[in-house]
Amino acid sequence: MKTLVWVEHDNASVKDATLAVVTAASKLGEVHLLVAGSGCRAVADEAAKIAGVGKVHLADNAAYEHGLAENVAPLVAELMGHHDAFVVPATTTGKNIAPRVAALLDVMQISDILSVEGDKTFTRPIYAGNAIATVESSDAKLVITVRGTAFAKAEPTGGSGVVEDVSGAGDAGLSSFVGAELAKSERPELTSAKIIVSGGRALKDGETFEQIIMPLADKLGAAVGASRAAVDAGYVPNDYQVGQTGKIVAPEVYIAVGISGAIQHLAGMKDSKTIIAINKDEDAPIFQVADIGLVADLFTAVPDLTGKL
Amino acid sequence: MKILVPVKRVIDYNVKPRVKADGTGVDLANVKMSMNPFDEIAVEEAIRLKEAGKAEEIIAISVGPTKAQETLRTALAMGADRAILVETDAEVEPLAVAKILKAIVAEENPGLVILGKQAIDDDSNQTGQMLAALLGRPQGTFASKVEIDGDSVAVTREVDGGLETVKLSLPAIVTTDLRLNEPRYASLPNIMKAKKKQLDVKSPADYGVDITPRLKTLKVSEPPVRSAGIKVADVDALVAKLKEMGVA
Ligand SMILES: Cc1cc2nc3c(=O)[nH]c(=O)nc-3n(C[C@H](O)[C@H](O)[C@H](O)COP(=O)(O)OP(=O)(O)OC[C@H]3O[C@@H](n4cnc5c(N)ncnc54)[C@H](O)[C@@H]3O)c2cc1C
Repeated sequence: MKTLVWVEHDNASVKDATLAVVTAASKLGEVHLLVAGSGCRAVADEAAKIAGVGKVHLADNAAYEHGLAENVAPLVAELMGHHDAFVVPATTTGKNIAPRVAALLDVMQISDILSVEGDKTFTRPIYAGNAIATVESSDAKLVITVRGTAFAKAEPTGGSGVVEDVSGAGDAGLSSFVGAELAKSERPELTSAKIIVSGGRALKDGETFEQIIMPLADKLGAAVGASRAAVDAGYVPNDYQVGQTGKIVAPEVYIAVGISGAIQHLAGMKDSKTIIAINKDEDAPIFQVADIGLVADLFTAVPDLTGKL
Repeated sequence: MKILVPVKRVIDYNVKPRVKADGTGVDLANVKMSMNPFDEIAVEEAIRLKEAGKAEEIIAISVGPTKAQETLRTALAMGADRAILVETDAEVEPLAVAKILKAIVAEENPGLVILGKQAIDDDSNQTGQMLAALLGRPQGTFASKVEIDGDSVAVTREVDGGLETVKLSLPAIVTTDLRLNEPRYASLPNIMKAKKKQLDVKSPADYGVDITPRLKTLKVSEPPVRSAGIKVADVDALVAKLKEMGVA
């Protein structure tokens, strides 16, 4: 089988999310990559070094700069004429593009796979990860999004892929990019961090969240996450949300502070290696999944902890 | 313009799903069912656009069993004008739902179709994007803000790195994220009024769509369970544990 992997990038470098997808695709067959962007030859050169990749298709066109699905999907659909599976990270970029490609190919997408069980058989979470479905596709081609935490990362170097230019139709004339407000942070990225400190509704407001959570995170070199309640209340931006409908994380250590442990939150973090919970309610559901629990008032416990580390 | 809002009847988000002992699926017998929360946000957004004078009519659509009429009545009670149930007891995959919606779009010619970004049962996150592809129209997924301006719409999207804004030419497809709005509750008088609103019942065959699934579910199983760990007495004990783990 020949697979086509979507390379996630910012037109400057390959994003980590790509590496787990390469591993998933390699379980299906040959791994070819697609770098679609603008002024992104360096990305293609970098991607060609990922261990195990064959051809790297480079589509360099201003219309692909921001990954607009309207422009990119027809390009992918065309390349799928000679590939058997389109394999994409389950990031917001991947989730935006893949179903558009699937519909163009008249294929039912398989979302968020956790494992490859056979040429056409995969497992995937449903009901916020409270059930795992094993599904078999009957379509001639496959369109798959991959849960990054479920697959090991491919080695970013050691490969010797060959970059080949491709051209697509470019601008479909349906949409345009206006602007972005991207978070700038010195801290590690949520989805690749080894340690995450997450705060919930109990943190009261943005200032308190900052005062309590950030020093602990900085002491540990951790990324910062949040529950939906904390995001909705405006303590932190949307990209901090961990959960069924936010980011899926699986760090070595996940520290949940003032988070009750709703199923939607657990869906995003319960594959973490060690879960630590700090909550004043000893019956909070988060303690049912925590390896280490501390029943305490976070407003005294967390500063105390930060001071003692 | 008209706005089409597809809504799905799903397990209530407060219910913890249980896998059936025979491994064929999740037990939905006697379980509370509700409108998919993202679809409530979609209905709310459509109503706000109508209230702002940007839309004239809101049509709620559901593809599902007879009981999905309840979900449509909820949408009507919130403020949708009429509803269409495409009735079937089969489980309909996003691709087939998108095909049915495409056929309805051809009849109704809406300026916007607003859908939830994902249903909390199958967690697919596909239908809106697929519909946009089948129609050859633009898509604004994971929306936290929707602003109509003449013949285009600006959609602010929740993306992994933060927020991004795209401009789409109308007609367009929008899928909702959590921060778009807070859906209203239907008032009792509106619930009563909703009972009299028009609700047409159709079938997938009426739209010429083959809903045969492309994916076969071989089995559904429980995820690995995490056992509860220990509780530590105080912060010092937690510090000791973290040091033991090599974290601090
Ligand atoms: C469609 C949908 C999608 C959703 N998606 C997500 C998602 O992706 N991610 C997500 O997180 N949620 C999601 N939710 C929301 C979820 O259902 C919960 O509402 C949310 O996770 C609760 O956040 P929380 O734990 O911060 O708040 P709460 O449930 O209010 O919990 C606050 C906790 O803080 C504790 N506390 C209070 N004061 C203190 C103190 N002084 N010291 C210590 N502890 C204290 C309390 O005991 C409580 O356990 C979703 C909901 C819906 C309907």
